[in-house]
Amino acid sequence: MAVTAKPKLDAQKLRADFPIFEQLVHGKPLAYLDSAVTSQKPRYVLDALLNFYETSYGNVHRGVYWLSERATAEFEAARDKVRGFVNAPSAKEVIFTRNATEALNLVAYAWGWDNLGPGDTVVVTELEHHANFVPFQFIAQRTGATFKAIPIDGAGELQLDALDGLAAEGNIKLVAVGLISNSLGTINPVEKIAAWAHEQGAVMVVDAAQAAPHKAIDLQTLGADFLAISAHKMCGPSGVGALWGKAELLEAMSPFNMGGQMIRQVRMEKTTWNELPYKFEAGTPPMAEAVAFGAAVDYLTAIGLDAIEEHEHELAAYALDRLGELDWITTYGPPADRRAGIVSFNVEGVHPHDVAQILDWEGIAIRAGHHCAQPLMAKLGVAATNRASFYLYTVRDEIDRLVAGLHKVRKVLT
Amino acid sequence: MSEFDQLYREVILDHYKNPRGHGVIEGADAEADGQNPLCGDEVSIYVSFGEDDTIEDVKFSGRGCAISQASTSMLMEMVKGRSAHEVATMSKDDLLEEVGIPLTPIRLKCALLGLWTLKVALHKGKGTPLPEEAAGLDDLSLN
Ligand SMILES: Cc1ncc(COP(=O)(O)O)c(C=O)c1O
Repeated sequence: MAVTAKPKLDAQKLRADFPIFEQLVHGKPLAYLDSAVTSQKPRYVLDALLNFYETSYGNVHRGVYWLSERATAEFEAARDKVRGFVNAPSAKEVIFTRNATEALNLVAYAWGWDNLGPGDTVVVTELEHHANFVPFQFIAQRTGATFKAIPIDGAGELQLDALDGLAAEGNIKLVAVGLISNSLGTINPVEKIAAWAHEQGAVMVVDAAQAAPHKAIDLQTLGADFLAISAHKMCGPSGVGALWGKAELLEAMSPFNMGGQMIRQVRMEKTTWNELPYKFEAGTPPMAEAVAFGAAVDYLTAIGLDAIEEHEHELAAYALDRLGELDWITTYGPPADRRAGIVSFNVEGVHPHDVAQILDWEGIAIRAGHHCAQPLMAKLGVAATNRASFYLYTVRDEIDRLVAGLHKVRKVLT
Repeated sequence: MSEFDQLYREVILDHYKNPRGHGVIEGADAEADGQNPLCGDEVSIYVSFGEDDTIEDVKFSGRGCAISQASTSMLMEMVKGRSAHEVATMSKDDLLEEVGIPLTPIRLKCALLGLWTLKVALHKGKGTPLPEEAAGLDDLSLN
């Protein structure tokens, strides 16, 4: 059988889909190297958003009239697209949230509150984004459970040999791990950790906010019990995200937010809950955003997640090579083959704010800060780093501009 | 001058590269720590008082960007020898005028971290009033 090589992604061509690149920043073309914080939007997604408002806008699951039915159909079609995107068995397990943060808080509260107590242990990692750290730390403290973190090594990779020690210390009930670290780009061995978590009888929470934009997610093999994503990081609009959870777990949980739509029957003495997923979707949801989220899924799927992953991978390797030539640059994180399109670095003697500020004048947008991962920064012994992150519209030339900009930073500040 | 050249103008770079009042006062009469939650930067301010309530010596340590280091360095020069009560009511504009560059709201936080932290130190040492902006610094909670 002939094997046809998959066509590679043409980033230069895809850039034309993104209206944001049509303008100049400080008189220069925009080199947007901060996609890990939020991605830019293709015209296709923007059109879906506007089109919904112009042709289908009504409240979902409320009216008996044509418009409401049409809005509901589009909203539910988007839910099914998200289901397909993560290869979940059923759309009723897909709950629309505001973002990944809300999805993770939903798990911490609605699962944690009823299932954690003294003698139980909650495990996160030192790499986690605050969104996958603080809610679980908080709920552990409130319920009297112990809170632990899987440590990382000097290259920012999880030290799995620490797992047995953690298991010996207490009754592990919940394990929360990010699939890809937003700070270092580390791709974590989530399948392995999930298998371990299940051996302990724990539920496995996977923060896929940073992974979903960049690689195919398959819930049939990942080993997750809960998974959180945000549309805005994957070419979708801000204001919507999703939680996927195993139906049996979601069924057994109390709701998180209360109000309209999530109820079955309200009586003075007692209220009963709506079926999944509506039990967890109180109030008017982000409807147009959810529909455009579905369009973003279509857009990414048409390009192909494998092609996106490979493209980013090449860019990360190229950036690490170019930065590696400069002895006044320190890069953090694992080797290129075990990281996504994210490169964190510092310029010797120069604070990241100053680096980012000077680069801004060159039209280059990078992130400077702690990347919502202060425990990780403490471990690396820095307050902050610079971070350049790439996406399907990033081209090599932008990395060359970054390197040239860093030379200018050196010139001005040292 | 372009906005860029203004932001990193000579005097800012001079204070950044040769900060005045950088260091620690052992056995200071008052000290306070401030953090910028945005970037994780930290500054510690140390004050020793002379007669009455004059600021006899003042120093800072910590880490930060050029803007925060330079403006805190300028602040040290501005307040040394002045009365704690006077400095406690000093407006942020006095410092910003000295810094003399256009700042976005985010960079404003960098530029003013030293000032708010100094005001917390003065409050701890001399009971001077605290500005709203000091809330959260030095684990202080204001109502
Ligand atoms: C790994 C990771 N988890 C969670 C989040 C939170 O996503 P959101 O802000 O969309 O809720 C982010 C976003 O920065 C992230 O990178």
